[in-house]
Amino acid sequence: MTLTQTMTQAPARKLAQRVWPPLRFVLTVAVTFLGLLAITFVIGRVVPIDPVLAVVGDRASVETYEAARQAMGLHDPWVVQFARYVGDVVQGDLGQSVSTGRAVADDLARVFPATLEMATLGILIGVALGVPMGVWAAARQGTWVDQVIRVIGLAGYAIPAFWLGLVGLVLFYAKLRWVGGPGRIDIFLDGMVPVRSGLLLLDSAIAGNWEAFRSAFSHIVLPATILGFFSLAYIARMTRSFMLEQLGQEFIITARVKGVPERVVLWRHAFRPIRVQLITVIGLSYAGLLEGSVMIETVFSWPGIGNYLTTALLNADMNAVLGATLVIGAVFVAINKGSDALYRLLDPRART
Amino acid sequence: MSAHEMNLRDWLTSDDPETRMQARLGQGFRLARALARNPLAMVGLVVIVALLLIAAFAPWLAPFSPTEGVLANRLQPPSATHWMGTDELGRDILSRVIHGTRITLMIVVLVAVIAAPLGLIMGAVAGYFGGWVDRLLMGFTDIFLSLPRLILALAFVAALGPGIENAVIAIAITAWPVYARIARAEVLTFRNAEFIAAVQMQGASSWRIIGLHVIPLCLSSTIVRVTLDMAGIILTAAGLGFLGLGAQPPLPEWGAMISRGRSFILDQWWVATMPGFAIVIVSLGFCLFGDGLRDVLDPKQRSKG
Repeated sequence: MTLTQTMTQAPARKLAQRVWPPLRFVLTVAVTFLGLLAITFVIGRVVPIDPVLAVVGDRASVETYEAARQAMGLHDPWVVQFARYVGDVVQGDLGQSVSTGRAVADDLARVFPATLEMATLGILIGVALGVPMGVWAAARQGTWVDQVIRVIGLAGYAIPAFWLGLVGLVLFYAKLRWVGGPGRIDIFLDGMVPVRSGLLLLDSAIAGNWEAFRSAFSHIVLPATILGFFSLAYIARMTRSFMLEQLGQEFIITARVKGVPERVVLWRHAFRPIRVQLITVIGLSYAGLLEGSVMIETVFSWPGIGNYLTTALLNADMNAVLGATLVIGAVFVAINKGSDALYRLLDPRART
Repeated sequence: MSAHEMNLRDWLTSDDPETRMQARLGQGFRLARALARNPLAMVGLVVIVALLLIAAFAPWLAPFSPTEGVLANRLQPPSATHWMGTDELGRDILSRVIHGTRITLMIVVLVAVIAAPLGLIMGAVAGYFGGWVDRLLMGFTDIFLSLPRLILALAFVAALGPGIENAVIAIAITAWPVYARIARAEVLTFRNAEFIAAVQMQGASSWRIIGLHVIPLCLSSTIVRVTLDMAGIILTAAGLGFLGLGAQPPLPEWGAMISRGRSFILDQWWVATMPGFAIVIVSLGFCLFGDGLRDVLDPKQRSKG
């Protein structure tokens, strides 16, 4: 190879090195979404309910049945059917719900803010408590503080969310009367706040309706705290292990030898470098909360996407089930990949 | 030096074992000793052993029938006769919880038996062959990994229909990708080692190498992961039961029992709360034991919390 050839190729290779990683990332995300669609498509096909019979009824003649089958495109090859399915979903058509009689996409748009509100409050609680707990546990490694935090963390893996929700309802609603019961707001206030964002706390604050705000808050605080507890368990555990990794580094010893106060060592020297790693952890648990809200919503009759999904499950309303699965899955993937991308952008070590 | 000249302990911890069996027993002994030094892991082990014993002797341990109750005794609070009270059909809750151990155990064992080998084989094949096989299998695995497990399990059960068998299948379908990832990572650490090259040069087929040399080396990390996952499997199964998609009545499945107790939660709190304690204790047991096992078998993972 001559020198000139090397020189002309070098910029091209550099460009490829710069363009390829983000391109590969976009491709991975696209393939993941396609995989999600493939899974919901396959689930929709293996359902024992015959979609044609559901339309024409079981007393239809063979001709009617065949005609309906033809019209529904079930004679086409699977690839064609899948392509049509992807096309529909991209255009926002998730089919009709049998139980509500409306388009699944509209239903989901209506219930999603309730879930978003609860999960967001949950993750705020989880971060606000979990990060300091993790730092504290790392600072007191091996002491009883560390053990207690470790057990709290393990409890997050061992306690069923729906059971904790029930116990919480009995204790804080029925016995102590500290919080509101199931639902998003007291019945007599329901529908009194004009819907703007769909987030009840925000909407009632905008409208200046503080009675509604207080009622909404008393209803959301328990389910959100319980959700927050589950994210806290994971966040505290990860924060602790990241911190321990940092505290073992030589610059920490240097700082301590220099006589830097322990609080400064912990929060400035050790905590700062792990903030970027924590983004991924928080993103992951936020996505997990959207999923975890399925159980909590059922217990608290919270009119969100989880409740919608479980109601649809019991009614064998497949379009609604698959639509909700798709939306939760897509949000889950988007948050995960989004925090992954953010991590790569912010952490120079992850940039390749 | 022969075995009878020294005591059993020295024989087990000998640095140059004479037979393969002695080496293996010695390894097991060291492992057990390391585990015994971890009090929390021992608590976990006690819980698991208790679970096994209770499941094995459920009919003899349970004071009453799990499925037949006395209607006159319905919704009795916990008392000396009914330690956990009775449910809405007058059935003794303690007896139902005791019989429920069998269902829980069956679910976790079935899921582990289906999902772990599946993931192990996928990961071992991907890691051993590399190239496009690896890219294809791991791409497939990553798609499953990046989707929410509980929601997928729910959707699968919705399609397959409610019931304990379908719940097991649905949970297994969502559980295997983790094992595939772990096994592949493990294989990559020794893929280019000399002993693999040596077996290859002896003319062993790829499948023989994977089956006899690759997979056995991935076993310990998979076992650790399966133990740690047990709690999650129990919670998912209970969740499916709670939603009415898992075990069907009158089976004394814990999640389904909590769901039944929901209707009287405000006045008869014990109906829904008692089975929950059983779930928490068993899940915690698996968590603690899995944690301890990981520290012993898989020290590389220890720092990752």
